[in-house]
Amino acid sequence: MDVLIFMVSGTLAAATALIFAAMGELVAEKSGMLNLGIEGMMATGAAMGFVAATVSGSYTVGFLAAAVLGALLSAVFAVLTLVFRANQTASGLAIGILGLGLSSAIGKKFESMTLPGVPDLPLGPLAQIPVIGPMFFQLDVMVYLSIVLVFATWYMLNRTRLGLTIRAVGESPENAHALGLPVLWIRAGCVAFGGAMAGIGGAYMSTAYTPLWAEGMIAGRGWIVVALTVFGTWMVPRVAFGAYLFGSISLLELSIQALGVNVPSQLMSALPYLVTIFMLALISRNTLFIRLNSPASLGATFRL
Amino acid sequence: MADPILNISGVTKIYGRTVANDAVDFQVETGQIHAVLGENGAGKSTLMKVIYGVVKPDAGTVSWQGETVDIASPAEARRLGIGMVFQHFSLFETLTVTENISLAVEGSKAELTARIRSASERFGLEVEPDARVHALTVGERQRIEILRCILQEPKLIILDEPTSVLPPQGIAKLFETLKTLAAEGIAVVFISHKLDEIRALCDTATIMRGGRVVGVVNPAEETSKSLTQMMIGQEIAEFGTRAPATASREILRVEGLDHVPEDPYAPRLSGLELSLRSGEILGIAGVSGNGQGALMRVLAGEIPTPPDTVILQGEAIGATGPEARRRKGLHFIPEERLGRGAVPGHSLAENVGLTTFHSGLLSSGFLNLRKRRARAAETIEKMDVRCSGPDAAAQSLSGGNLQKFIVSREMALSPQVLIAEQPTWGVDVGAAAAIRQRLLDLRAQGVAVLIVSEELEELMEICDRIQVMFRGRLSPAVAAGQTDIDHIGLAMAGDFDELEATHG
Repeated sequence: MDVLIFMVSGTLAAATALIFAAMGELVAEKSGMLNLGIEGMMATGAAMGFVAATVSGSYTVGFLAAAVLGALLSAVFAVLTLVFRANQTASGLAIGILGLGLSSAIGKKFESMTLPGVPDLPLGPLAQIPVIGPMFFQLDVMVYLSIVLVFATWYMLNRTRLGLTIRAVGESPENAHALGLPVLWIRAGCVAFGGAMAGIGGAYMSTAYTPLWAEGMIAGRGWIVVALTVFGTWMVPRVAFGAYLFGSISLLELSIQALGVNVPSQLMSALPYLVTIFMLALISRNTLFIRLNSPASLGATFRL
Repeated sequence: MADPILNISGVTKIYGRTVANDAVDFQVETGQIHAVLGENGAGKSTLMKVIYGVVKPDAGTVSWQGETVDIASPAEARRLGIGMVFQHFSLFETLTVTENISLAVEGSKAELTARIRSASERFGLEVEPDARVHALTVGERQRIEILRCILQEPKLIILDEPTSVLPPQGIAKLFETLKTLAAEGIAVVFISHKLDEIRALCDTATIMRGGRVVGVVNPAEETSKSLTQMMIGQEIAEFGTRAPATASREILRVEGLDHVPEDPYAPRLSGLELSLRSGEILGIAGVSGNGQGALMRVLAGEIPTPPDTVILQGEAIGATGPEARRRKGLHFIPEERLGRGAVPGHSLAENVGLTTFHSGLLSSGFLNLRKRRARAAETIEKMDVRCSGPDAAAQSLSGGNLQKFIVSREMALSPQVLIAEQPTWGVDVGAAAAIRQRLLDLRAQGVAVLIVSEELEELMEICDRIQVMFRGRLSPAVAAGQTDIDHIGLAMAGDFDELEATHG
């Protein structure tokens, strides 16, 4: 039973950084903006979050600082692609590399330092329920928030006027402009939201999941986020499923190593990435479904 | 005469060296259906873009309800009460009808659904509020566009070539709607180049040519001929009398052709049969998007099919590629001139070489550039293509001229089968007549010609037999002389039985 509790609560924690970044990227992509700089934004968020939390002594300050810096980085991306109409793919990659460099500059003096980590927040009587309590209700506040974010993102995209507008802009910015919708502002807003969420996701890695700063600690999670949105066919439940799948497999890696099973560690480290992409590719083969959900203008430069 | 709701005076718009609008005056009154008539490139679109706030004029004034206004954006135009129904719809395919409308019209979903229902009843615009747009026909999409426009309570609606996408019955219905709108005091601006429509529907017509207004007339008092003359500035040559079809042997045959397109929204082709004979023109009618594109790609060899589904002179060629088919005498003129018919950035000489290099332009594997240039000059001369010469880039030609060039290029290869997709689409009246005449000449030489067109009048005029395409199916062929536009129209809406009955 302890193993099950460890697996479930551990999966939730392992997936949290991905959930934040993936929901942000999903919203940005729904508006037609392919931000490939997520890896760099997460890394910057991780460094900034760790430094700010260490210096100020407040995790809240850490997450806020990470979100602001992530949003600023993505604002650079937005200016390049929306104002100067640079190619989204190239700009995203450039910003991503910039973010990685920025992260090591910010975190240089803090390399290998640790933090106590964001404390768990037992949710009153819910946490007392046997088995269920420790699985779901004795986790840190960011895990709860990430779950709320999944539902909020789904509701926003599918049930609100804002979501409808974002989807419309993502399908055809030309038509949206013809209707008088503020295409550039909507896209910029979505990208900024995506950057902020990537920053928070990164900060979760460095202040809660493994509360330390080490260069390169995001380790390709930003790329997994991009893969999650695509293979999750831009549907919130599928993207979330992919994130949790990734979380559970990366946990499996730890368990197998703990059990002393002799599997090459490189293979085990690659496993979550492999399985996640394979599974999502498997469930996303219905072309009509993809066409209905994919933002048709994704990655295309919008010219007035 | 009532005060005009929209009064445009002296509007000029210059793009580079082209004067798109030259001191244009244009007045529209409330409750009027006002036609704007002109060839492609006459300046109609530019004028409409000025009215709708897409383009800012270089000179001139726009006054709306008596006051001078500066319409800086479409949003501004809509706020003033100007609505526009685009030729290429501005709908979102993945959204529902209600969602599409709600993007432009305020109000809660329930409220909006009720308004949609009542307006669609009042104006005869049937739509299903919860349907997703991608599953709808072109006619349905146009109704949504018009509804979306009406629900914004405009005082002026501009419709850009609204009938070009409709089957004949749909056109009659659209006219009813427009008349109802006018009766309710809305000014309607109707852009078209189809003269019969304008004479049947419009109270006033402003005729444009070369960026200027050349006349404001009552179309009911004019003849199609006099309108054409004003529109193109000259009379177009009548077709020479053509000899009856000397159809003899079958050249191209399509048998039991099925094809599932990759695009999930496109119709599947199922059980297509056609037979094309030498010395005849076979027309494929139908509203575009019913599978004509895929059929053309199959015939051109861009989509391989099982070999025995396409048979050219007794040879199964379904799996043969475009170049090999060209060598066997099957030539193809695609709908997209730039990108498929010609490479936009390449010179005309290079474009000539693309399809003709094996016909004497090669010497020991190398292209003979001098010969290619000469061939290009010949191609240009034969169809009177207006351009600066063989070195002009394909994209510098107007649509009509480029089309003449492509037709001329393919004809020079003495084809045995010529397949042309929308050969006169977007081509001015003079060039269209020249292209049709060339197709008839080919027919007289015994070439088998297959044409896909949305223009029924064109098909009735030059085809010997007509087949109709609807949702991926092809009707049996009927002789053009034994049917009429109404029956073809019914078939375009899916009723093949009536068509077969006329064939008897």
